[in-house]
This record gives sequence, structure tokens and C-alpha cells, in this order.
Amino acid sequence: MSQAPGGEAGFPAMTSAAAGSVRRRRRSLGGSVFRALSPYLLLAPAAIVVIAVLGYPLYLLTRLSFEQFGLAELITRKGNWTGLDNYRRIFRDHQFWTVLLRTFVFTVVTVGLTMIFGTLIALLLARLGRFVRLLLIAGLVLVWATPVLVAVNIFRWMVDYEFGVLNWTLAKLGFDSFQNKDWFADPTMGLAVITAIVVWGAIPFVAITIYAGLSQVPAELVEAAEIDGARRWQIFKDITFPVLLPIFVILTSLSIIWDFQVFNQVWLARGSEPEEDYWLMSVYSFVEAFKLGEYGFGAAIAVVMVFAMFFATFVYLRQMVQMGETR
Amino acid sequence: MNRRLAGRIGINLLGLLVFAIMIFPVYWMVATAFKEGQNILSDTPQFFPSPLTLSNFDDAIHRAYFWDVVKNSLIIVGTVVAVSLVVGFLAALALAKFRFHGRAVFIVVILGVQMVPLNALIIPLYIQLSRVGMTNELKGVIITYLTFVLPFTVWTLRGFMLGIPRELEEAAMVDGSTRFGAFVRILLPLVAPGLVATSIFAFVVAWNEFLIAYVFLNDPEKQTLNVWLAGFTTMRGTDWGPLMAAATLTALPPLIFFLMIHRRIAFGLTAGAVRG
Repeated sequence: MSQAPGGEAGFPAMTSAAAGSVRRRRRSLGGSVFRALSPYLLLAPAAIVVIAVLGYPLYLLTRLSFEQFGLAELITRKGNWTGLDNYRRIFRDHQFWTVLLRTFVFTVVTVGLTMIFGTLIALLLARLGRFVRLLLIAGLVLVWATPVLVAVNIFRWMVDYEFGVLNWTLAKLGFDSFQNKDWFADPTMGLAVITAIVVWGAIPFVAITIYAGLSQVPAELVEAAEIDGARRWQIFKDITFPVLLPIFVILTSLSIIWDFQVFNQVWLARGSEPEEDYWLMSVYSFVEAFKLGEYGFGAAIAVVMVFAMFFATFVYLRQMVQMGETR
Repeated sequence: MNRRLAGRIGINLLGLLVFAIMIFPVYWMVATAFKEGQNILSDTPQFFPSPLTLSNFDDAIHRAYFWDVVKNSLIIVGTVVAVSLVVGFLAALALAKFRFHGRAVFIVVILGVQMVPLNALIIPLYIQLSRVGMTNELKGVIITYLTFVLPFTVWTLRGFMLGIPRELEEAAMVDGSTRFGAFVRILLPLVAPGLVATSIFAFVVAWNEFLIAYVFLNDPEKQTLNVWLAGFTTMRGTDWGPLMAAATLTALPPLIFFLMIHRRIAFGLTAGAVRG
């Protein structure tokens, strides 16, 4: 799905100006004009692609959200401007609020579980012996590389009501009610399975990033605290966490972005026909646009989704803009 | 002393337990793929496949369109990786090695676009492509994949290039070689590992993509491996053996590639990270 920049290690910005001045004196006038233009020439292809495949679609998305754009308009290629109608309809739609609340709860739970387990595994990695550590990292990398679609199929197989390994294990452990249990019959249980798929796939990225960041924590500080008799929890709370705070902000923001727009896991776990009780925001938008042919209305839902995410990750965005300014 | 040893053993056992839990789903897929039919559908799960069989794989690759979709996936992913690597490399060069007006703006744009959810863009992208008649065409999907592959390629390559000490290039130029000569002989070899790592990230992300290919490609012989695999699941009564074999085959390229560069992943993360 969507990618994002991760931890920004402190690469020093390098000034080419000072070094360039020596050389520039030797160049002819034509050379210096070329030199002034060359970064723009290098950048041009990327800029064209970004404008064509990102800039224009973003503009189109915004415009569509103010239009009545259905299947007929797809053929005539012209939407009808209806102003704020789509938005009025969304906010009056009872289903919208249900889906929004469900997506909100889903995001909080998945991001929370991902961050907790990711952090615990990172701390564990730091204390393991070499062999077990490399083994666990390799395992995490394998999980990370597994395509979402493959993951969904594996989990569907594991929770299969008749021959699934999960029901068998739970029944063996004495939970007899899990014999032949259909996990997707109850949307809450079904969404719990989907949560498990998402969290399982998301843990490796978080765990490995935090583990890489742990090397920034000054060892002397931790040792000093240990000598002073500090407990592990205190060391984490007062030393490790503050040092790693920027990484935690980035990882939490990215996880919110990714989990708020979860689509594939729901869509595929329900065999491309998710029941309404399973709808998350992106499923809702997709069904309105592509199943019901209401592209304008679907676009308006997507716009609301983007805004919700921008608010949720405000801290991260501010950090990013500062980064762009200073470099 | 003994208590410390016991503590260390305990921690490592916990590490092994976490490893087993995390890896189990992947193991279960591979194990199921190698099992015989009656051992898959057994009341007591068989934890180690015996006897081993390849019949599920045989079944999977002989399903309709298997080789078509493999070919499509390779064409799409190969083109996307090649284009974004060339275009991204040039842009990264500009961002890492030059100071110019608008540089900060471009960096913010490159970072910002990665926050826009692909799921929100799929509606306008679909309408845009249908206007120029490129739905149900591989080239439409290739162009669309650039939306999410190119920005992170630029960002990651820029990170790798900033890691190369400027003095090396300057030393080469003092020795009388041109800027281009310095570029070919010094910068390119040093950035090569970064290019490899970035292209593998790009490969895995494009290979694993599902939604765009699912919406844009309608004909079964034009679909990608992932979309073909999704078709498996909607068939009446899931055939778990062949499905798990097909899933194993789909997951194999990203698994191999990721394991190959996994030492570099920690750096890739700090340089501009990706989650597949």
C-alpha cells in the first residue's frame, strides 16, 4: 500500500556552494548557465511524473467531490457541479457515522497493539544472544515481505471453522465452544481476525525500526541508572522513551495513516463482498464509487478521510515541513 | 552468577517463542502446500507434512492463466522499477548534490504525497485513465504504480547519496577529472548498493500491490499474480492445498529479495523507509 518516509537520520546538509566556487571560475559562461539549470533538468522528469500521477488526480478528486458523477457521466466525461451536496449527504448519512466510528476504534486498537508489541519485541531483540537475535530478525523480515493477499489467505485457512488449526488448538486447551466456530459469523470476532492480520504484518517494521533506534540510547545513562537501582520500567520510561520519542512519533503517525485506510484485508477476508458490518472508511468509499457507480459521493468520502488523517497526524506533518525548510 | 545465566537462557527462550509465533503463519502456508489432500482436511492438524507431495504446486501452476499473470506481473514490476530508478536517481542527484530555489518545496512535496492514501486516489486515477482509454491495459497500471513507487525511490536514493562523503568526489576532480568523470568513477560505484536496495524495495512494493491491479485490469489474462490469487478465494469451497501452494509461489520473490537485503534494511529505514 502507501509508502512513507521513515526515520530521518541526521544527514548533514551539504553545501555545494563553497566547493563549487573554485571550479566555477574555470568554466565558461555557457557552463555556468548549464550548471545553474542542471538541478532543474535532473528534477524535471520526476516533477512531471508527480504532477501527472499525483497532482492532477488530487485536483480531480477534489473536483469530483463537488459533482454528481455517476456511470452516465463516466461516458459523457462531464460531471454536474452540485456544490456541497455530496458533503451534506455524507454528514446526514447514518451509515457514515457508524463507519467512521468503527474505523476510529479499529485504528486505535491496531495502532495500539502494533506499537506495544513492536516496542516489546525491539526491547527483547536488544537483550537476546547473537544467534537468537539474528533468527528473530530474519523471521520478522519474512513476515514483513509476505504480501497482504497471501497473509489474508493464510489467516483464513488458520481460522477455518472445520479444519482450521486455531479452533483445534483452542478446543484442545479446553475452550470447547471453539469447536467448529465460524469466526466471521460475528463481525466483532471477524474484525478481531482482521486486526490480527494487520497487526501481525505491521509489527516487523515497527520492531526493527525501534531496535535500530535503540543504539542511540546512551549506554552510560542506562548503566548509571542500573547502579542507582532503577527498575527496568523506570529506565524505559525516563531514559529510553524520551530519547526515542521522535521515532515513536513517526511510527505512530505512519501506523495511523496505514491502519486508517485499511482496505485489502477487509475486502479479501470477506471474499470481495464485505458485509456492511465490516465496512471501514476506504471500503465504504470504494463500494459507493465502484459498486454503486457514485464516483462523486465516493470521492467526497475519500476527501473526508484524507482530512481526518491530516488532523490525526498533525504533529508528524509539522515535523516534516520543518525538515523541508531546514534542508 | 547462576541466576544471571538462568535469566539469559530465559530471555533467549522467550525470543525463540516470539520467533515461533511470528513465523507460524508462514510455516503453516508452506507446510499445507506440501501436504496431501486428506492430510490437509484432517480433524487433527498434521504439524509436519508427511508424506511430502508436489501435487498442490502442480495443480496451482496448471490453473488457467497462471503463466499469463506471472508474465504480466514481471512486465509491470520490471518497468515500474526501471523507470522509477532512472527518474528517481536523477531527482535524488539534484536534491542531494545541488542547492537551488524550490528545493525545500520539492522535498516537502515528495514527503507529503506519500501521506496521501492510495485508496483515496483510486477514484480519480480510474476516471483519468478511462478518459484516455488505458483501463484494462498494463501500461495504465504501470503509470499508476509510479504514484507510490517514485516518491520513496527519490527519498531513499537521496539518503544513500548524502551518505557519500563529498571529499571523495572533490579529490577526483582535483586530479583533473570532470564532474561527469567523478560521477561515473566515484559516485556511481558507491551508490550502487543503495540502488540495489532501493530497487528491491520498489520491486517488493509493486509486486505486493493488489487494489489498483484489481480495479484497473478486468480480463483474466491481463491480471497480475495477486489478483489471480484473489480469484482463487472466491471460488466455491476453498481448495486449501493448491491455494496455499499458489500463495507460496506468490510470496516467494519478495521473501527471497527481502532476506537478501535484510542487513541493509536497518539503513534503508533511516534513509527513507518502506513497508511492503
